[in-house]
Amino acid sequence: MTARRRLVPYGLLAPGAIWLALFFVIPMYFMGELALRSGTFTEGFQPAFEVSNFSDALSGNTDQFVRSFVYAGTATLIALLIAYPLSYAIALRAGRFKLLLLFAVVAPFFTTYLIRTIAWKTILSDDSPAVSVLQFLHLVPEDGRVLATGAAVIAGLTYNFLPFMILPIYASLDRIDTSLIEAGKDLYASSTQTFLRVTLPITAPGIVAGVLLTFIPAVGDYVNAEILGGTGTAMIGNVIQSLYLEQRNYPEAAALSFIMMLAILAVVLVYLRVAGSGAFMGDDEERS
Amino acid sequence: MEAATATTARHVSDSMPARAWAWLRRNALMIFAGLAVVYMLVPILVIGLFSFEKGNDQGELDFAWDGFSIEYWTDAFGQTAVNDSMITSLELAALTMVVATVIGTLMAMALVRYQFFGRRATNLLIILPMATPEIVIGAALLSLFISYNFELGFTSLFIAHVMFCISFVVVVVRSRLIGFDRSIEEAAADLGAKPLTTFRLITLPLLAPGIMAAALLAFALSLDDFVISNFNSGTTVTFPLYIFGASLRGIPVQVNVLATMLFAVTVLAIVLVLWQQRKAEQMAAVRPDPEV
Repeated sequence: MTARRRLVPYGLLAPGAIWLALFFVIPMYFMGELALRSGTFTEGFQPAFEVSNFSDALSGNTDQFVRSFVYAGTATLIALLIAYPLSYAIALRAGRFKLLLLFAVVAPFFTTYLIRTIAWKTILSDDSPAVSVLQFLHLVPEDGRVLATGAAVIAGLTYNFLPFMILPIYASLDRIDTSLIEAGKDLYASSTQTFLRVTLPITAPGIVAGVLLTFIPAVGDYVNAEILGGTGTAMIGNVIQSLYLEQRNYPEAAALSFIMMLAILAVVLVYLRVAGSGAFMGDDEERS
Repeated sequence: MEAATATTARHVSDSMPARAWAWLRRNALMIFAGLAVVYMLVPILVIGLFSFEKGNDQGELDFAWDGFSIEYWTDAFGQTAVNDSMITSLELAALTMVVATVIGTLMAMALVRYQFFGRRATNLLIILPMATPEIVIGAALLSLFISYNFELGFTSLFIAHVMFCISFVVVVVRSRLIGFDRSIEEAAADLGAKPLTTFRLITLPLLAPGIMAAALLAFALSLDDFVISNFNSGTTVTFPLYIFGASLRGIPVQVNVLATMLFAVTVLAIVLVLWQQRKAEQMAAVRPDPEV
């Protein structure tokens, strides 16, 4: 009986674990294996331990690599600057409008990702009211355009991944014990001091989660660059997509995917090290 | 001198622009939040608005407003290609929802209820897909299918969709399970209920809101997925894939009509669920305490 009971969790786990192993973990191996093959689509790809695929993939696409990280980083930063005050207002100031505002924040999810992006193409198109206003304010040159520029791609990335930034930050702000903020005020801290010393450190985990949830999908995205971008705005996702689905150069495509994954992993680890230790330092200060 | 400045200051603070400035400063946060919410909603309004737009001669979106028309609403299902892709997407999403929700719920139960060897590894296995860019998941799966000459189509899409939905289902159901009062289950067992009966009559109904939320999420994720589907679809066309293909040629205005309908239905469903929940909470609040 006890032996059978000990097997229960494995039974419950089995279908999901097997599905994830077969269709997430093992495919990674096959992608790595494909990345080392040589040959062409018409003649077939032979296993060859072709390491040069990696260097080829990297050297031919440095611009797109740098661009992906710059675009995604900028979009993440703008999203954070929008999301934090908005989440703060919803969590601590909205009162009975809280649910309604939260609803508005997730509303974009109820329309298809692609249709949302195409809506931005309409908003940012050359003769649209929004672009006229930007031209009037001289933020865009008189005869300049927004569509087909890097700015349009960044705007699209920011919009599409903003809810992923808002939700974790909102969750961390919503759980905050407001008596801590009051305590700060009672101890004659200015509201800026209270915010920097109390609110911000407590919500740091939410910020870290939001930044990762926005940055990771943004780096790999190619829909925004495809629909809102122009000739000089291709991201690494566009290259991978084209290599896999149009040129059918599977080995180089797989090598490029691998490099992208490793690059993201490296950035995330560095970020977690910096951001994580920052949050811990906030903790220590509080205790001392 | 000081008195003079003070009067001027008071005088200035009473003037209109200064009062407006003070008001702005006091409400800066709420004004910013309001603007941000408008920003979130503008594209949705644009989609709704441009479902009433005349379009070009082929009945396609031309990205500029040149006239009002309801012809696409009266002919909402007039584009067979749009309808077919929508039906494929709905079938795929429904199938994915059922399978991913069952599999994910079982996993969440195991993770919350049992201590076992390999828990950490399992947690990692669940988190990793959510932290991997979609394009890598799509590319890796395609690599697997290529290596085995597996024919791409509805089945490969189904495999992929269940795969990326499982993690989200586990996370949602687990958060519900963690706040679960187990004494009710124990009470059922004390009253002689068999484990399966307890599960059916106690655990499942109490978990229902979490499972429902997870199922809806899986449905929405599947319906909306483009990147992973684009890699593994073969010749099968889902709604997002159709839109992407059409965006290179010309998008029928009906796409905006169907998107607006889908949005309205979703909002209605959510309002209904929230209203039901509120009613249930009110009922629970008036119910007298069971006699002691």
